[in-house]
Amino acid sequence: MTDYTSDAVEPPVVDISKSAGGTIVHESSREREILLTVTDVAKYFPVKEYSGLFPKTLQTRAVDGVSFDLAKGETLGLVGESGCGKTTTGRLITRLIEPSAGSIEFGGRDIAHMKEKDLRPMRRDIQMIFQDPYGSLNPRFTVLKIIGAALEIHDMVPKSQVKPRVQELLELVGLNPEHVNRYPNEFSGGQRQRIGIARALAVEPKVVVADEPVSALDVSIQAQVMNLMSKLRRELGIAFVFIAHDLGIVRHFCDRIAVMYLGKVMEIGDREDIYEKPQHPYTQALLSAAPDLNVVRGAVPNERIRLIGDVPSPIDPPSGCRFRTRCWKAQEICAAEEPPLEPAKDKPKHTIACHFPEVKTELVADVEAS
Amino acid sequence: MTSTLAGSGSPAPARRPPLDPNAPVILTVEDLKVQFPTEDGLVNAVSGVSYELRAGQTLAIVGESGSGKSVSSMAIMGLHDPKRSRISGSILLDGQELVGAPQKTFQRIRSTTAAMIFQDPQSSLHPLKKVGPQIAEAYLAHHKVSKQVAAKRAVEMLDRVGVPNPDRRAKQYPFEFSGGMRQRAMIALGLVNDPKLLIADEPTTALDVTVQAQILDLMNDLQREFGSAIIMITHDLAVVAEIADFVLVMYAGRSVEHGTAQEVLANPRNPYTWGLLSSVPSLTADVGTELHPIPGNPPSLLNLPEGCSFRPRCGFSDRVPGDRCAAELPEFRQVPGEPGRMTRCHLEDPAAIFADEVAPTLE
Repeated sequence: MTDYTSDAVEPPVVDISKSAGGTIVHESSREREILLTVTDVAKYFPVKEYSGLFPKTLQTRAVDGVSFDLAKGETLGLVGESGCGKTTTGRLITRLIEPSAGSIEFGGRDIAHMKEKDLRPMRRDIQMIFQDPYGSLNPRFTVLKIIGAALEIHDMVPKSQVKPRVQELLELVGLNPEHVNRYPNEFSGGQRQRIGIARALAVEPKVVVADEPVSALDVSIQAQVMNLMSKLRRELGIAFVFIAHDLGIVRHFCDRIAVMYLGKVMEIGDREDIYEKPQHPYTQALLSAAPDLNVVRGAVPNERIRLIGDVPSPIDPPSGCRFRTRCWKAQEICAAEEPPLEPAKDKPKHTIACHFPEVKTELVADVEAS
Repeated sequence: MTSTLAGSGSPAPARRPPLDPNAPVILTVEDLKVQFPTEDGLVNAVSGVSYELRAGQTLAIVGESGSGKSVSSMAIMGLHDPKRSRISGSILLDGQELVGAPQKTFQRIRSTTAAMIFQDPQSSLHPLKKVGPQIAEAYLAHHKVSKQVAAKRAVEMLDRVGVPNPDRRAKQYPFEFSGGMRQRAMIALGLVNDPKLLIADEPTTALDVTVQAQILDLMNDLQREFGSAIIMITHDLAVVAEIADFVLVMYAGRSVEHGTAQEVLANPRNPYTWGLLSSVPSLTADVGTELHPIPGNPPSLLNLPEGCSFRPRCGFSDRVPGDRCAAELPEFRQVPGEPGRMTRCHLEDPAAIFADEVAPTLE
């Protein structure tokens, strides 16, 4: 009997390809078969400002023209500081909220403004894993009911098969299948996150949007959950949109990375492009700000780019390039013209929104002078 | 050292000034225990922590949630309700014994000798009071000066911690500050009375990386300027590498490893520290490799396992002859042949095991 009580037991490999009807995608044979295309999508939230006699309604531009695509089995990382719109983008893709502009193409149809009724079948294909393993599970429901609800709503299996299927899913995410009748409070944080993952997988999605899935967990548990997600991705060929602020974890998990700032994508490219040869000043600043464990192992500490000040308000973002107020390269053109997202030289897949992109060779010593 | 990770003669992290080994000792904690009686039984939040800290040094206390890192530090500040907690052992702060000391002593100590800043600056600043007066109030409580002088001191402190337009900012409320600015205001509040010891409980966890970098730089700069000792409570090993001189690793309420940051992070001697390091994906390591998590969960503090608390999750207990790990709690002792390094483990030769088996998986 396998001991499932611990959080880390690697689950036995369940042949999901049979039971779930999914197909196993092998890394080598993968071609970029586009699942999801996001074009110029935007989301404005109204905010009331109470100055003067009459309240004014202003717009918070949480996401302001974001475009990317996602291929089958691919993982796209969305990184950026709080308020950059990465979570809102995730909620737009899953259509938890409706975009103010732009299109989201999934399975050949634009789902951006689809009605709730028509969205139903698509909800099966795009699932979400939430950050908070405590708030995202109903405390009054047993695990069977939580995961079973997903199965029943989408008519995945006949009623009599719900329990066995839930148990199979629990096994898949490394939990004891005998715990189906337990309540969320009987599980630890890492185990709850596994329940959340099992719920998302229950409906055999093609795309999973994971919004900071491990940031609420302790490091040792984080690694357990990340390994589980890597395994599921490998075995089930699910495409992930992975939202996180931890640059190390994103590098570990994602094939492609989009760096966001104030509702815009600043740079998007393959892992190596972003981490080894970032060309946008903001990406460079973000990477240099991440503390590095290797300094104690004798690595030479990177000269740190100290960004001055805070992210400007998304209610009234700067003209032209949004990063220019904190950028050491900023010139007149940056305030006047917004740089489009353009491919780098000889790199069609690596696009940068900057008037002065360059591969960092040696950092300017007095970047603080900005 | 045989380990490739040690890097031959690698310098200490460049952002830290060299250590002064003769600096006066500010804090000595010995065999500190903190217990909370609850309906379910006695919670052993801290069951044996010892360390020493000198002026101008930074000690990072690392561990997962429930390891007792915050609880042990709160005991120094006297923040546990004496009616609801049992504290034993010894805390010697600037020559004064604090275990069993009356609240009056703690009131005098707080902010003058020791100050604490918290993870969430939003909830530790008074939301309805302007920032300047809050800082001035802390100064007034311990100095016989006029309100004007205190107000001036508050503005000066805001300026010191890098708040732009300190004059104007002092007259604003906390909600008008951004997260990073609020943490700066908290640090100004903590340092207003020139404390000898600053305890920072996860000060950058709620902040973005770019702002975190600003705050860590600021803490390094301020320490150079004020010469305070700093205890930095964190779970982020990379932050430790950036800011700490010494590291204390805690597990299930006990100290399990202590040494310089360089030694502990590059050549750890305790299996729990090995596990922590293997769990973190690095910014430079090969991608595509599996992470090596620590299996299982931390034990319940209501019911600690017999012997070593880490044994149920430890992959090396079979290297210890007999069933010693299950039967006997290892002492927190010096690593043989390595003065200044402490570990709580029965393993005979942890250095060799680390170099041969663990280090290769870390790169």
